[in-house]
Amino acid sequence: MTSHVMNDAAAQARDALDAHVRATVAWHFSPETGTPYWIEYAKQHGIDPAAIQTFDDIVGTFDHFDADHILRFVPHDQLIPRAYAGRPYNVFETGGTTGMPKQRINWEDFQYDYTQFCRTLRDVHFPRGGNWLMIGPTGPRRLRLAIEHLAHCRNSSVYFIDLDPRWVKRVLRDGQPAQAKAYMAHAIDQAMTILRHREVTALFTTPKLLEALAERMSLVKMGIRGAFVGGTTMDPQYTRFLIEEVCEQTEGDCMGTAGVGFYPTYGNTLMGVAPHRPNIKENGWATTYYCPQPRAVLRVVDPDNTARAVPYGAFGRVELTTLTKELFMPRFLERDEARRVEPWSEKYPWDGVCEVRPFGASTAKIVEGVY
Amino acid sequence: MTTVPHIPILRLGRSYRSVNTRPIVDLGTGETVAEMSVGNAGLIRRDAARFEEASTALSAIPCRDLIAMSAKAGELFMNAELPLGDGTQTSDDYVRQLSRTSGLPHTLVRANMAKVHDALTHLEEIVHGLTRGVPLEVIDTGFGEVNGTPVSFYPTSHALGMVMPSNSPGVNALWLPSIAFKTPVILKPGSDEPWTPWRVIQAMIAAGVPKEAFGFYPTDHEGSAAVMDLCDRSIIFGGEATMKRYGGDPRVEVHGPGWSKVIIGEDCIDEWPEYLDIIVQSIAANSGRSCINASTVIVPREGRDLALRLAERLSKITPRPADDPEAQLSAIANPKIADWVNAQLVAGRGTPGAVDYTAHLRDNPDCVVQFQGRTYILPTVIYCLDKWDHPLCNTEFMFPFASVVEVDQDKVLDKIGPTLVVSAITKDPAFTSQLLQCKNIQRLNLGPAPTSSAQWDQPHEGNLFEFLYQRRAIYHAQPLATTGAGA
Repeated sequence: MTSHVMNDAAAQARDALDAHVRATVAWHFSPETGTPYWIEYAKQHGIDPAAIQTFDDIVGTFDHFDADHILRFVPHDQLIPRAYAGRPYNVFETGGTTGMPKQRINWEDFQYDYTQFCRTLRDVHFPRGGNWLMIGPTGPRRLRLAIEHLAHCRNSSVYFIDLDPRWVKRVLRDGQPAQAKAYMAHAIDQAMTILRHREVTALFTTPKLLEALAERMSLVKMGIRGAFVGGTTMDPQYTRFLIEEVCEQTEGDCMGTAGVGFYPTYGNTLMGVAPHRPNIKENGWATTYYCPQPRAVLRVVDPDNTARAVPYGAFGRVELTTLTKELFMPRFLERDEARRVEPWSEKYPWDGVCEVRPFGASTAKIVEGVY
Repeated sequence: MTTVPHIPILRLGRSYRSVNTRPIVDLGTGETVAEMSVGNAGLIRRDAARFEEASTALSAIPCRDLIAMSAKAGELFMNAELPLGDGTQTSDDYVRQLSRTSGLPHTLVRANMAKVHDALTHLEEIVHGLTRGVPLEVIDTGFGEVNGTPVSFYPTSHALGMVMPSNSPGVNALWLPSIAFKTPVILKPGSDEPWTPWRVIQAMIAAGVPKEAFGFYPTDHEGSAAVMDLCDRSIIFGGEATMKRYGGDPRVEVHGPGWSKVIIGEDCIDEWPEYLDIIVQSIAANSGRSCINASTVIVPREGRDLALRLAERLSKITPRPADDPEAQLSAIANPKIADWVNAQLVAGRGTPGAVDYTAHLRDNPDCVVQFQGRTYILPTVIYCLDKWDHPLCNTEFMFPFASVVEVDQDKVLDKIGPTLVVSAITKDPAFTSQLLQCKNIQRLNLGPAPTSSAQWDQPHEGNLFEFLYQRRAIYHAQPLATTGAGA
């Protein structure tokens, strides 16, 4: 693709993002449809919503969203847009931390996000009508419903093996790796039972559980065509290992058909789901993700000056802004760091994030567990 | 442009270049001397499915032939140009490369090289010492007779896991008999010392040992844990924390601090100057890096004078250029470790009850110095007045360090605690008898011998044969048929 075409696409995407920013801000700050928390916030901080015309204005106007406090302790009625008042909602909890969980309330966002994402899956890897198996956290998390919705979009149904990431993190933090290992084996045992007795063509799980499953059997021989993974860090070597050995794509083509199609994703309850760019081998086995802009915007920022994005190719902290009618969340600093990557194609003419890993991973020991 | 050699992973003999790499750098200049692949734990877990196959490949070869191959490997290790990455490595390359990245002067690299060579070329003696005379054919077939009694042995593991340290190349001698015992080696090299195990493995392969008998996995902590987890027998090197973690696990042999000691009896103490050379050698051989180096000298009296003389002798050991034939002191690969040691010594000197007799012999009291861009810790002798519980008494560091302490002879063996090697300088039959009965001593040198000396037929710190083979009772009512090698 020529740079001229890319530039046009990037400019159009930028215009679309700015238009989406105006619409979203107008929605959340208006007395009719708006969110009480944000209406009050604008009053207290002297913000004129009409002055927010572009995404850059969001960066210039708002501090980092304090999700640790707001999503834990602000009453939900303050976070419900008036347009949604009186409608029951789903409560989704984030991550694997313990204590009072961060909760996101949701009406239709996840269905919309995953319907969009469905288009990135190929039929050869996720055959329509084939059954899926998810090994991962269900309970109060969005993921279970999201995966089921995604499968339904493809006329598929899902079997589930539950996993409590909070327990895994706890035992690892308490220095009990044997417990974590036993718990993982327990999950894999259950998965093996399902796989022995049901026809399954696709998997959703974490990288470590995918690896553990493949230690018990060949995924290809078991009839698995596609694996959709997310949740923990995959460095380039680990990604290569998963593609070549676990998914048996011996040529290293994650989209090949000789082995299991490998679909890494980056996402969470607050963002939605970001597909990967399938040039993993050519990119030195580093995986790049492109968020579903304009509903979510990822910036890779300088940790010491978060107003500033790092240059392309440099590592920085991941900052997420969510812009949907259900949630306005400006500039939330994720617990991740990543390398900033240039736009991919006409379809994704905005920045990507590559080699995502826990923030501070190069200097501190991070407990990630299996999720 | 010259490229540095790349040291790959060996997945049961198959070379694998990881995306993740680690530079091995010259301690003085920071220049990258080699790049090493760093594998993920999953590689080892997947390869574990083939450990049994690798074991079968070794089992097909008679023990005697494997010993002969090892002897040939010894010569190749010592003299040959062997594969390294895309190129080759001569023995002189090996000496230079290891010296640059480990801090060991050429003299000590060559001494360690000789130790590995000797172990490979004396493997039959070593096997004899480890098995205490079990005929080699018994290892081939699994049964036979020893002194007219039927015996049978079976292997306890398809592979021996080795989680290696970086401190001394000579420790590689420990795993060499595993090949003769038909047990593949799954080795995680020390993060700064891939050179020696790599070269030994290449020599073994060149000598005819099946390449699938070797796993060489530079990896991270998870990978080390995978090695320990997947091998039913493994050996790990580490400090007290490692000993605590694996100490009770029969699948694991832990090589921790040695806390080795020289003990002079009441009957010999008046002649202590005669033994000074032995004590110096015990402390300073291999730059004090081995667990068989003495870290404590116990005497009934005369401690002050002995410590003073010892300090004079040891303080003459100073940093020299790496290729100086007189060099005896190794640089410290990680300057943070030197800082930590220094902090321990400063804190210890601040605790009443001990005096650093080497301090006044240095240009400044700090024992950490820089020389030609490298960090060294100068030899240190501490005299612990009469306080065994002083923090610097019975403490071990990885440089020439010793505390000298006076303890009444009748209380010595109650005090010493776990000790890898004791060189006991005494002719007193009663004290000798007590030493022989002492359960805390793993190797006992009776008479004036340095703690750092070793005899091939006297394994210390575990017995690899007993670790890798279990004896079973056997009765055969009919002639036995076997498919084992040499049957």
